[in-house]
Amino acid sequence: MATDLGGGAATTSGGDGTPMVKAEAVHKRFGHLEVLKGIDMEVLPGQVVVLLGASGSGKSTFLRCINHLEKINAGRLWVDGHLVGYRQEGDKLYELKEKEISKSRAEIGMVFQRFNLFPHMTAIENICEAPCQVRKVPKDAARERARKLLDQVGLAEKADVYPAQLSGGQQQRVAIARALAMDPKLMLFDEPTSALDPELVGDVLEAMKQLARNGMTMIVVTHEMGFAREVGDQVVFMDQGVVVEKGEPAEVFTNPRHERTKAFLSRIL
Amino acid sequence: MTETKTPERAQPEAITAVPVRHPGRWVAIVVLAVVAAMFVHMLVTNDAFQWRFMFDNMFRPPVIEGVRTTLLMTVLAMIIGVGLGVVIAMMRLSPNPILSGAAWLYTWFFRAVPRVVLLVLFGNLGILYGRYELGLPFDRQLGDLFGIDLDARFFGLDARTILTGFMAGLLGLALSEAAYMAEIVRAGMKAVDPGQQEAAHALGMARGPTLRRIVLPQAMRVIVPPTGNETIAMLKDTSLLAFVPVTNELFFQLQAIGARTFQVFPMLVAACLWYLALTSVLMVGQFYIERYFSKGFGSGPARARAQAESVGHGH
Repeated sequence: MATDLGGGAATTSGGDGTPMVKAEAVHKRFGHLEVLKGIDMEVLPGQVVVLLGASGSGKSTFLRCINHLEKINAGRLWVDGHLVGYRQEGDKLYELKEKEISKSRAEIGMVFQRFNLFPHMTAIENICEAPCQVRKVPKDAARERARKLLDQVGLAEKADVYPAQLSGGQQQRVAIARALAMDPKLMLFDEPTSALDPELVGDVLEAMKQLARNGMTMIVVTHEMGFAREVGDQVVFMDQGVVVEKGEPAEVFTNPRHERTKAFLSRIL
Repeated sequence: MTETKTPERAQPEAITAVPVRHPGRWVAIVVLAVVAAMFVHMLVTNDAFQWRFMFDNMFRPPVIEGVRTTLLMTVLAMIIGVGLGVVIAMMRLSPNPILSGAAWLYTWFFRAVPRVVLLVLFGNLGILYGRYELGLPFDRQLGDLFGIDLDARFFGLDARTILTGFMAGLLGLALSEAAYMAEIVRAGMKAVDPGQQEAAHALGMARGPTLRRIVLPQAMRVIVPPTGNETIAMLKDTSLLAFVPVTNELFFQLQAIGARTFQVFPMLVAACLWYLALTSVLMVGQFYIERYFSKGFGSGPARARAQAESVGHGH
């Protein structure tokens, strides 16, 4: 595999000490339902953070707040030192314009549970779409890069195939390649293997491990404990909209301190 | 486990069973055959049809001219209708309440007023103003207000020059079509999985490109079949242009021949045959357009499937 995977992010605890993601008391409500009740978190460049928790605990919502697919109601959220969705002048917050939000989203890759590939485009067109439309990369250069990325996720021969003709695992790997085509500095994975048949999970996890080894900063919502243990620098356990426990995987898995973590782990392991 | 090579088994005999009988089908065939025979008998024996006269007259130059006008009107009205419809649908789905409100108002008005009424109304717009001019809005009122003689009109035309029957008819049909198309386009865009928009946004694509590149092409699959129906309905609705009036249109011409020669019925049959022929051509076009926009959906290689389809329908 080539080494340009990972966009050259710095190794753990980056030089200037700016965290890639920083959350302070993040709250999110849907109507009267409070989904996030004050999340504090710090993800350093090059770190792989795995979010664990039962469904409904707010993991996916928090992930979607990071690239502003959801607006937070209170607290502060920074990506690479920049406030997400707002600009601060003095004490006042100004909403960012759509263009500015799009620009910051372009630097964050996201992989969805249901893949969300564009069904009317072939695999390679899916990958080229954003670089060509957003970054105005020339078509030939984009296609060349896309072929390299497809090769890296092991799908070189599927370039001209429509998503409907790919298996779930292959679709998800194309989706990862599509996100990487924008050279993101941060990758968000929202239960990337939950919609897959068990025998297809391995290939997707392998692509993600490769990415982690190359130093990509990653936040992963998953139920794959093996992946969390092997690749995660930190696991964060969430329950009912709050962070209950966080720490190194070995420590949290073998020695959970909170009752709720224990209960969750005993159900899932 | 040991893998033993299974011996080549004899191909079993093909099944030959007595098929289930369908007596109901035979009854239906007999009934329909009798009805069809009665219908043909009527066509042949009833002198009122005047077949010779009909065929002699249904291809006369004014009728052919009428066919041309009808087709041109259909195409132009649909182009304007679809284009404006897409714009109105986008306005309707916009987060801006002014735009979506204006779009709602437009759809409400043009769907509520019957096409015939609309066409007659547009045909009589000349009553409203004799001249249509382009200039500063409310220039004379403002002039009165400030006590000066202000007349800021740059360009004007007589109502009769611009609002010819053709223009009035086209305007009426296109504007009303846009209202229906807006609803069809809106339904199509709403049918696209919201995850598609989310994925595009997550890649840094803004609202405009997301709609144009991701949502609309997928919505087309839902939009095209009803648009085909709309086109066929539009072709038929051009017969309403007689009320504007537009005199060089197909139905008007056929009726005129009928009225002049006192052979009303044969010319009405001729109209049926013309509209049947024209809509049949449109349906073939619709088939190919639908196939184009369904690419990437369903399983199996798209091209092979398309070929299989064209073979299946090509006999």
